[in-house]
Amino acid sequence: MKTLIYTSALGFICMIVEMLNMRRYIVPVAVTGLAVIFGLNILDWGLAESHFNGMLVTDNFSVAFSGLLLLIGFFIVLLSGHFYKNEESKLSDYLAIILFTLVGALAMVSFGNVAMFYLGIELLSISLYILAGSKKKDLRSNEAGMKYFLMGSFASGILLFGITLIYGETASFSLQGIASYMTAHPSPSVLFYVGVGMILIAMLFKVSAAPFHFWAPDVYEGSPTLTTAMMATLAKIAAFAAFYRLFSTCFIPAYPAFAWMLSTVAALTLIIGNLSALHQDSFKRMLAFSGISHAGYLLLGILSLYGKTDQAIFFYSFAYAVASLAAFAMAIVVAANAGSEKIEAFNGLGKRKPYLAFALTIAMLSMAGIPPFAGFFAKYYIFSEAVRNGHVWITVVAVLASIVAVFYYFKVIVAMYTKESAETAFEIKPAYLLVITICVLLTILFGLFPSQLANLL
Amino acid sequence: MESIFNIVPIQYYIFISAVLFCIGILGVLFRRNSIIIFMSIELMLNAVNLLLVAFSTYHNDASGQVFVFFVMAVAAAEVAVGLAILVTIFRNVHTVDIDELKSLKN
Repeated sequence: MKTLIYTSALGFICMIVEMLNMRRYIVPVAVTGLAVIFGLNILDWGLAESHFNGMLVTDNFSVAFSGLLLLIGFFIVLLSGHFYKNEESKLSDYLAIILFTLVGALAMVSFGNVAMFYLGIELLSISLYILAGSKKKDLRSNEAGMKYFLMGSFASGILLFGITLIYGETASFSLQGIASYMTAHPSPSVLFYVGVGMILIAMLFKVSAAPFHFWAPDVYEGSPTLTTAMMATLAKIAAFAAFYRLFSTCFIPAYPAFAWMLSTVAALTLIIGNLSALHQDSFKRMLAFSGISHAGYLLLGILSLYGKTDQAIFFYSFAYAVASLAAFAMAIVVAANAGSEKIEAFNGLGKRKPYLAFALTIAMLSMAGIPPFAGFFAKYYIFSEAVRNGHVWITVVAVLASIVAVFYYFKVIVAMYTKESAETAFEIKPAYLLVITICVLLTILFGLFPSQLANLL
Repeated sequence: MESIFNIVPIQYYIFISAVLFCIGILGVLFRRNSIIIFMSIELMLNAVNLLLVAFSTYHNDASGQVFVFFVMAVAAAEVAVGLAILVTIFRNVHTVDIDELKSLKN
């Protein structure tokens, strides 16, 4: 609860700092604030309490995911100072919106009532619509904002109708109320099933699972890269955590009816995501499809949630987030230097900047799931949970898909180390170097000692 | 007091809301003018509001009506952002037809 309130306050403080004409302190204030909130969040570990009449719940699940989201927010804010250097007069607005996006994500991992879940998802989405369309003169950014807005509000409409039908059946919006109704009435009416199905479809829209993924590549490509990084990490992880919390608390009795649908969606997402990523020549678009395929792996965790898969989902989210943030930070640096988002822009990086090339190689290997990096153990935990809960064929599909994934991640590594390019000046800001270094260190650290993090929950 | 649901059963409310909601979905899927798509999304949300109020009365529970306020406030914020994005697009391409938006490769 404290986390949510302090992060909102930090957003307002950013705007006040701008009013006091202290623009150059905005990023340091936001970074320090987020570090302090991260510490305060950890102090909540082990608590189990609810606030505001059960609207918000503090438990280990919410604290762990809030910590991960705050870490992502910390990196994004660090990167934003330089990313928005051409629009300095709007820096405070951007930072405030980034922090409010974070507030929405925090609400999505710690809700105890469907109303809070809805508010969180809308706060996150509306802030992201603004950020996606924030390059006003750039038609691609406009188009990304518009597509994201239309798809997002369409999905919210479906989500709301699902929530309403469940309210009609159970007469309650609180997770506790819905769960106790489910125990008292083991066979609910058709209204309830339609409602759960609609919530499921809306969530699949939000996490960009196939066949509801068609908006994602365009939106990811058109948005400013820092916003794309937020959509791919912050929004996706918050949506999966909310998905897990909602379904594991309330809807487990209704779950078998949707298992076939979820496993088909997961298989489709894995196949479409990985196969489409193979023939992309834009790095950002490739990361978009790789994000879709990672949603497929995370869906395996959701699919087997009547076992307890929150550890596996948390570890996967963590490994995916740090590797993607390193990759997106590299994408920003390379695009700023080479003026192109194509994979050819990475040519010859291995000779010119050996350290950066090495860091990106580790991020790519981790995302491809190659040991000894965190991504390997993330996939290992997800797959073993799925097999333990009897989803064997879908795990086979996922393993095959992850073999395909190796090819497109290696395309970048091959470009960096074997292709030649003209010797040009290559500049990187310290903030980017710091973020890439921390992300890569975390990837290696939790690849070597995965159980430290995986046994957290 | 006699309940309103003796005169108009709850099924009718569910039916009319579902019809309104489907009209909204069809509008989003088949109309090409952005403003009409926005209106269709609003229609979907209003179908939800109608159903929430009906269920709220049916269950004698005020939380459904409170939820309607949340939905209205959020929908207003959402459409404000949507219209702002629409204005920036109109300034760049001088049309609100979403079929004209294809600068990103499909």
